Formats: sequence, structure tokens, C-alpha cells
Amino acid sequence: MLKKSIICAALVATPLILTGCQDEPKAVGIKPELYTDSLFAVMKADRTNYTKLIIKRLGPAGANAIAPKEHWQDLENGAPLPAQMFRAGAEAVAEMTDDFTYSLQSLWPINSQNAPRTEMEKQGLEYIAANPGKNFYGEEKLGDTTYFTAVYPDVAVATPCVTCHNEHKDSPRTDFKIGEVMGGVVIRVPLGG
Amino acid sequence: MSRKLSIWLIWLTLCAGLAGLLGYEMLAKPEKPSFLIGPTTHGHYQIELSCDTCHTDPFGGKELLHDACMGCHEQELKDAHDSHPRKKFTDPRNVDRLEKINATNCVSCHGEHKQHQTFAMGVTLPEDFCYECHQEVAKDRPSHEGMGFDTCASAGCHNFHDNRALYEDFLLANQSGPMVKAMAQVLARSGTQDIKRKEPLSLAQADADAAHEIVEGWSLSGHAEAGVNCTDCHSTTGVWQDDPGVASCSSCHENEESGFLAGKHGMRLKAGLGKMSPALARLPFKADADQSGLDCASCHDAHQPDLKVAAVESCQSCHDDDHSRNYADSPHASLWQKELADELPAGSGVTCATCHMPREAHKAFGKVTVRVEHNQNMNLRPNEKMVRSVCMDCHSLAFSLDALADQTLIMNNFNGKPGSHIPSIDMAVARDREKKDR
Repeated sequence: MLKKSIICAALVATPLILTGCQDEPKAVGIKPELYTDSLFAVMKADRTNYTKLIIKRLGPAGANAIAPKEHWQDLENGAPLPAQMFRAGAEAVAEMTDDFTYSLQSLWPINSQNAPRTEMEKQGLEYIAANPGKNFYGEEKLGDTTYFTAVYPDVAVATPCVTCHNEHKDSPRTDFKIGEVMGGVVIRVPLGG
Repeated sequence: MSRKLSIWLIWLTLCAGLAGLLGYEMLAKPEKPSFLIGPTTHGHYQIELSCDTCHTDPFGGKELLHDACMGCHEQELKDAHDSHPRKKFTDPRNVDRLEKINATNCVSCHGEHKQHQTFAMGVTLPEDFCYECHQEVAKDRPSHEGMGFDTCASAGCHNFHDNRALYEDFLLANQSGPMVKAMAQVLARSGTQDIKRKEPLSLAQADADAAHEIVEGWSLSGHAEAGVNCTDCHSTTGVWQDDPGVASCSSCHENEESGFLAGKHGMRLKAGLGKMSPALARLPFKADADQSGLDCASCHDAHQPDLKVAAVESCQSCHDDDHSRNYADSPHASLWQKELADELPAGSGVTCATCHMPREAHKAFGKVTVRVEHNQNMNLRPNEKMVRSVCMDCHSLAFSLDALADQTLIMNNFNGKPGSHIPSIDMAVARDREKKDR
């Protein structure tokens, strides 16, 4: 029995020791899901912080020092709405890198240009709307490149979000409720290459 | 020497001579007319002989040209809240659209040297290019059903880049108002607050020996009042210069200089091509216009700077197109004459500069400074650019849009009322009412 145990231990230990003796550590990649989940965590944290620490605190519900408005650029004290701030971030990232892209989309967009454009975007947005709390992951080929595409639910967390979307004259849906999925964050990462 | 050899030698000599001439022009001369492959648009013809202003590197394609475009136009586009910036198109979800129109490069839409296929605003795409992305617009906007896609930007309704005066909520917010406002006045000058001033100087303190009328003019000018002596302008390099040029002015008037160099009057200087002159321009100019070349002193006599002269007379001394010629008999000129005669308060008159080099308020650290925008491109084309920065100081939005869409009215310098009506405000109001009623 002891002999068997020693042989087994030796068989298990040998590859581990040999691996440890190599000069170069084995390259370990990050799973696309983990990568996009991490990106989304940063995006969500920043968006939540902007909403709570800036808009709520300094806007009409707080000090009333800034005016969060859709056409904020026309106001001296105008501030972008949280969704616009999010898009501004996506555009700023697009100017810095093409290693990943992200966008805020919806099946019921105020601006029709933010409706899904690819089959996978549509599939993902429909999935997260039908499966609250779940994310969607897939691969799609656009042009010559294959992308890992992740779609994360964008949930109505504050009354102003719901009110604005329900009352906006360009909104195709007017019955959003707190806690419902209003849209999704689509993160796309090119695979290979 | 055989005849054949002689011919070869002559041919080689001619080739070497031609190569030498072209090489010299390419490598050593700022102007390269032999390499101009076709005329450029109204926006670039002043600098078309300076190839490397746009073709910044011999090895590079559209990307390089795009960077060159942005080198001059980036801030203008940012200020215009560009509706279609490159960053909106780089997401791979737009790859199918980019295959039709690569909107990530300026030159995809604004090709140069293609005069035969260049439309308004220097656009070299078919005029209905909006269709590629907005073909379903009538679904959201039934009022647009049946409208031609070649009319989006030509009917006074939309622009590709600058929609600051055209977006729906702005139309709604400014849907009413009189043709001429009760308090129709442009911004008051704030003075040269951002320029360092010294103790005022008198005639006796002039530090150069010059003709009496020059020194006397200076002693009464704002320059003497601000403590700017002769050598402060004429000896900025340590050596006396009779014609100190733009660089000397910029030591105090930096903002004005950068506007001048970015505009049509100074872009040749910026490109290292020497001064712009009426003879080099495409617009009609007076036969006796000064051809010595434009710099600050062309419009502002440095020894007797008079902003009233610079606002009209300086322009009129050169420009000779219909719009300029008809200014003298226009309602705008009439107001200016009344202001000059003290019959109306300051800011009531409308000069050439009021519209084409307007006063603009700049706020920083709680201080407002009113500066003159010397880059006339900021308020020129498409002319809806002028609506908010100029026209609406005195007129309603509706009147401004109608007037700017009427080419006849523009040519006669707004002597009359608009002959047509732009329905965009009506459409926005109707849609808003309909949505509120639903």
C-alpha cells in the first residue's frame, strides 16, 4: 500500500516539478468572459458613482447646482445624463483603443441608432430582457473579424431613469418600471490575431 | 559622335534637366504648382500649392490625410458639437455601413482635387448620402415621408456636422419670437482684459524717430494708452523692423492671431506661403484693392487702430461681390450709420465684422472676456453656423433660418424679407403637440 502511494505521489509530483523547472512560465490567457465581466464591473461602478456622487448630490435632488439635461451642452451648468456620460466614455475609449468597444443599446431606444444592429446584439438584448439577472455571451463575425460579444442588462434603478424614458417623445416604450431591464451594455472584443 | 548617340545625349540631358527642375520644386520650394493634380475646393484653394500642408508624409493614405484635416478643423468640430464624429463609427457594429461610406475619414466624403464631382460644403459623395444610415427615418418621422435624401442638408433643415441651431428641442425652445428683437444688440466689448497693460505713454515718450503723423496717431491710440511703445512692436526680435508682421502683434493679441491664421485671410501665412492677397482669391475683388498682402495691419492701422474702420471700411476696400456691394444700402448698414451718428446705442449697428467676425463671450474662472473671432470660417459655411453666434442676437430663429436659406436675400444683403419658409420649426411643433396628445 505504501509503495503504491509513493508511486502515485511521484507520478503526480513529477509533472508539477518539471513544469516549475521550465525557464519560461506557461502563458496563461484570460477568458473572454472574465475580461468583459471585469470591464463591465468598472463601467457599472463608474456609472453608479457618477449617478450617486455627482448627479444626485449636485443635481435637482441635491444642491441643485448642476442641471442634468439631454442637451446639457447648451446650458452653462448643464451636465450629461448618466447614460450620456456612459456613451461619452465609450466614445473616448474608441479614440484610445480598438482592443475592445462598448455601447449602450436597447430594444426600445430613444435614439433609433441605439437599437441593435447585428443579429447577436438583438439576440443578446432579447435574452437579458427575458432572463433578468443573467448576462449573454456569444461570438459573431463582423467584416473579417470574429468578436466575442457580451451583453449585460441595464436595469432601471432610479425613478428619473424610468420617468425620462417613459415621457420622452422619442421613446418607443412608455411603461418601464423600476427594476426592469431597459437596455443592455454590449461589450465586444476581437478574437485571435 | 553618331547621330543616334547625340539624340540619346540630348534626351538624357532634357530628362535630367526636367527631373532637376521638378525635384527642386518638390524639395526646395514652398509652392509646387507642377504637382497640383486638380483645383481644390473653396476652403483650401489658398493653400493648394503647399502640398505638404495636407500630405504631411509621402507615405500614407487616408489616415494621414484625416489627421491633417483634424490638425486644422478639430477644435471647430468640437465647438460645433459634431453630430457625426469619427468615434461614433469605429464600433464594429457599423462595419457594414463603413463598407458603403467610410465615415471614419474626412476624405471619404471631402475628397480634394475633384472639382467635377464636388458639391456644396466640399462634399464629393452623391448628395443623397444620408440614405445609407437614415433610410428608415420616415418610420419615426412620418412628416419626412417622400422627402428626397438629397434635401436633408440642402433645405435648411440638417447639417452633417453642425446642428446646434437645428436640433428639434432647440427649434421648440425657440419656436416663437419677433423678426427683430426689441433689444437687438450685439455683445458689448469687454476691452482687452486679457492683455497686460503698462502705464500710458505720451507723444514725447515715443522711443523711435518716425514721421510726425505716425507718432501723433500712435500717441492717441489704444496702443499708447496701454503703454505699448514703438519698439515694443518694431523691435520684438531686437532688431528694428519697418514691417514687423503678424508675429509682433501676437505677442499681445495671441487669440486674434490664431483666429486670423486659421481663417481665409491668414491660412496662406500659416502654411508658409506668404500673404494672401485679392489677386490670389477666387471671390470678386476691387481692381484697386491693395495687393501687398494681408496681415493684421491691412485692416487695423497699427498707428491709428480704429475698430470702426476695421469693421466695415477695411472689408469694403477689397471685397467686391454682390453681397458686399449691397451692404451700403442694407438695413444692417443703416443701423450702423445711426450708431456712428449716436442715434442708436453702441451694439445696435450691424457691420461686416458683426456677422463674419463676431464678438464672442469666453468665460474662464468666473471672468467673461468678449473677443472677436478672427477666423471667419467659424461662422461661414454652412451658413446655419451663424444662427446662434450671430443672427439670434437680433432676430428670431424662424426668421434667421428663412433668411439664410434665401440666396437672393443674401446677395442683396438682407434688403427685404425671406422669399421662402423653412418648415422645420413647424414640423417640430406639430410633432411635439402630437406626442403630448397621445
